[in-house]
Amino acid sequence: MSSSGLPHADLTPAAPGARPTGSPSGSTAPAAPWTPAATHGGPAAAPVLTTDGRAAAYSTSQPSSAQSSSAQPAFEGGPLAEEGLVQLLTPTGERVAHPEYDAYVAALTDDDLRAMYRDMVLVRRFDTEATALQRQGELALFAQALGQEAAQVGSGHALRPQDHVFPSYREHGVAHVRGVDLTDVLRLFRGVDHGGWDPVAHGFHLYTLVIGSHTLHATGYAMGVVRDGLVGTGDPEKDTAVVTYFGDGATSQGDVSEALVFAAVNQAPVVLFCQNNQWAISEPTTRQATVPIAARAPGFGIPAVRVDGNDVLASYAVTAQALERARSGGGPTFVEAFTYRMGAHTTSDDPSRYRSSEQEEYWRRRDPIERLRAYLESRDALPSQFLASLAAEGDALGEHIRTTIRAMGHPSAASMFEHVYATPHAGVEAERAWFESYESSFLDRPGHSEGSHR
Amino acid sequence: MSTATHDSPAGLHLPAAPHAAVRPASTGPTTTTSGPTDATTTATTHAPAASSAATTGAPARSSDIPPFPTGVQKLTFAKAITLGLRRALADDDKVLLMGEDIGRLGGVFRVTDGLQAEFGDDRVVDTPLAESGIVGTAIGLALRGYRPVLEIQFDGFIFPAYDQITTQLAKMHYRSRGRLNLPVVIRVPYGGGIGAVEHHSESPEVLFAHTAGLRVVTPSSPAEAYALIQQAVTSPDPVLFFEPKGRYWEKGEVDLDAPATAPHGDAATGMDTARVVRAGTDVTLVAYGPTVTTALKAAEAAAAEGTSIEVVDLRTLSPLDTATVAASVQRTGRCVVVHEAPVMYGTGAEVAARITEECFFHLEAPVLRVGGFHVPYPVAKIEHDYLPGLDRVLDAVDRALAF
Repeated sequence: MSSSGLPHADLTPAAPGARPTGSPSGSTAPAAPWTPAATHGGPAAAPVLTTDGRAAAYSTSQPSSAQSSSAQPAFEGGPLAEEGLVQLLTPTGERVAHPEYDAYVAALTDDDLRAMYRDMVLVRRFDTEATALQRQGELALFAQALGQEAAQVGSGHALRPQDHVFPSYREHGVAHVRGVDLTDVLRLFRGVDHGGWDPVAHGFHLYTLVIGSHTLHATGYAMGVVRDGLVGTGDPEKDTAVVTYFGDGATSQGDVSEALVFAAVNQAPVVLFCQNNQWAISEPTTRQATVPIAARAPGFGIPAVRVDGNDVLASYAVTAQALERARSGGGPTFVEAFTYRMGAHTTSDDPSRYRSSEQEEYWRRRDPIERLRAYLESRDALPSQFLASLAAEGDALGEHIRTTIRAMGHPSAASMFEHVYATPHAGVEAERAWFESYESSFLDRPGHSEGSHR
Repeated sequence: MSTATHDSPAGLHLPAAPHAAVRPASTGPTTTTSGPTDATTTATTHAPAASSAATTGAPARSSDIPPFPTGVQKLTFAKAITLGLRRALADDDKVLLMGEDIGRLGGVFRVTDGLQAEFGDDRVVDTPLAESGIVGTAIGLALRGYRPVLEIQFDGFIFPAYDQITTQLAKMHYRSRGRLNLPVVIRVPYGGGIGAVEHHSESPEVLFAHTAGLRVVTPSSPAEAYALIQQAVTSPDPVLFFEPKGRYWEKGEVDLDAPATAPHGDAATGMDTARVVRAGTDVTLVAYGPTVTTALKAAEAAAAEGTSIEVVDLRTLSPLDTATVAASVQRTGRCVVVHEAPVMYGTGAEVAARITEECFFHLEAPVLRVGGFHVPYPVAKIEHDYLPGLDRVLDAVDRALAF
């Protein structure tokens, strides 16, 4: 779409040529954080966006005549533009150099890369199994992470044990990396639990279904981390960061804007990780924004970076840098991982009503798992023994999921009265007592089957 | 109606206030409750529990920070809450206050006056002007082990935070199967009678009492306020703490040395119980928050005409202490419920239903309700025709007695 007349149109470069032009696929763009000068100069300073992390400034005070220069505007092409994405692996799996982010992946060994590959493959297997179980009636609903494995696994691998994650409801890849048994994730979708795992033990909060609400929880939690004195100590075992995951649709929610405000003014150690998967159920990102989602953050005084979310290496590197900034006391970072929801919103959705098969096919050719596979193969780093072992592991996971789900049983009806309050509440206790008395009044109570006890 | 027969909320006597939010706190108080006027005791320095100044980086007390008063003192409602918060801050360094204008200004009602000077701006925090953000970040802080006490500036401004309160704060403990607690207190100045502009006089308490997972309490006097706020802060559950702003400048005796009691349970002083505040034999008047004073005045007026009214202060709307109300109605046989909130679907409806179920054969008359109408809160010039004043309460008492 045209950028003409869009709000960003006056964000023209002060130094023409400071950012590369063209390169719609982002294959060569050395993009880096858009760093707001306001972070340094305070709220009164003019908002200045840099595109290469060094000097190029885009100021609202630039004369409008600059628009006619040959330089690209800061945010060309609207919210679905692929230009300016940090990319370390091309869609065909070729490693491309990046002056700023190469350092973050330099230490990764082939074992590390295979670990990422393994996690992505297993999470996709989980998606497949869970979707099948939903079709068989074992789950009420399921939301696939399909297509977003690189953004989730890459960013998840950048976390340290003491970090804390506030996910939305599609972050199965992060859950897996945080050690959550993926069958516990399905407790929610089967309808036996509203949560399903211990959020403290895993540093991975419960899923939040009200869009965007948890970004404030993450920000407040990060404010608490600062109070606890656990940023900027220099001790890698102590310094702590918080990550919250949300989607492109969520950025329209007021709570996300409020989270950006609170994160900025408190310099909270939080990474706001937006997976722009291009679809909020049926609404494209163009219904949520007219500029790239990441362009919002600098206005709040928060540096932002756009990354190719189907590139696991870039997702890892960008998140590692943002986490490092957070842990060292540098405050929040907004990451926009540009990716694609290859599946439906949930098993209740029908994408054929609102998007083309051509688009789906285009993104299938940019599959994040295939990209890493191609790269590893080019390095001769995917031995058949590893692949065979992984295939067996996937089959075992499938079996584990199927048997565990079917064995989850039925919560007792009286369990609905548990944990409403941390301390007894007379109203709940009275209703529980009545209900238990009522239930026990049925003579055929022992051995009853569901729906037949009356 | 003649104003002489109205209950007289403090705000009635205030200079014209075009916007209550900018009304200086110092314009009150104007009315007092009964009791000796010379009840003050010698103020001596009292170290309120484990002083946390050394461990939290709070500034050392400067000479202009008054020592914590002790003994029985005659205090305004607002000051009683201030001192309750002050004790809570001193007792537990995980307690922090958050809200709009609560720091240097001391809150638009001055309830947090002086607390930032004493405890520092990292424990008495001026937040961005965003109610959802205040509650949402408080949830995160609570998950990290803190005990945030939030101020929502006015009742009508709680709605931007309604989603966070009802979908997140109320349900986190349940959703986590008891793994997570959210000990968050939300203080809400509520109710009318202060001549304010729109959205500054509402009574939205039942919206929260209707939401499982929240506790909803409201004090009716300075002594109650001092105790209840401390109990609310120590509760492991989220608490909506509704403060009757029309009573902020009324005075009453407060025993500042009263030990902090456990917040929950059957103790008469606990947070979960209603209380009979005046004994009587003919009619039970059930009230809470701002209408308790109204009910007590009604009882006084009725006594002069030979009618004996028992007044029950609910104190808590969730849980609702049905047992105390039922015991009273079983003695009197008649019940009138009074609140400022609209009658339709209100607390009175809940009390009436429960009393009908539990006291059916004791009732001499249907349970009657007196409260606001099913209209938006009206303009200030006619708000005293909307609010349940002394006349409307006595009228309902007469109707109950006529059965």
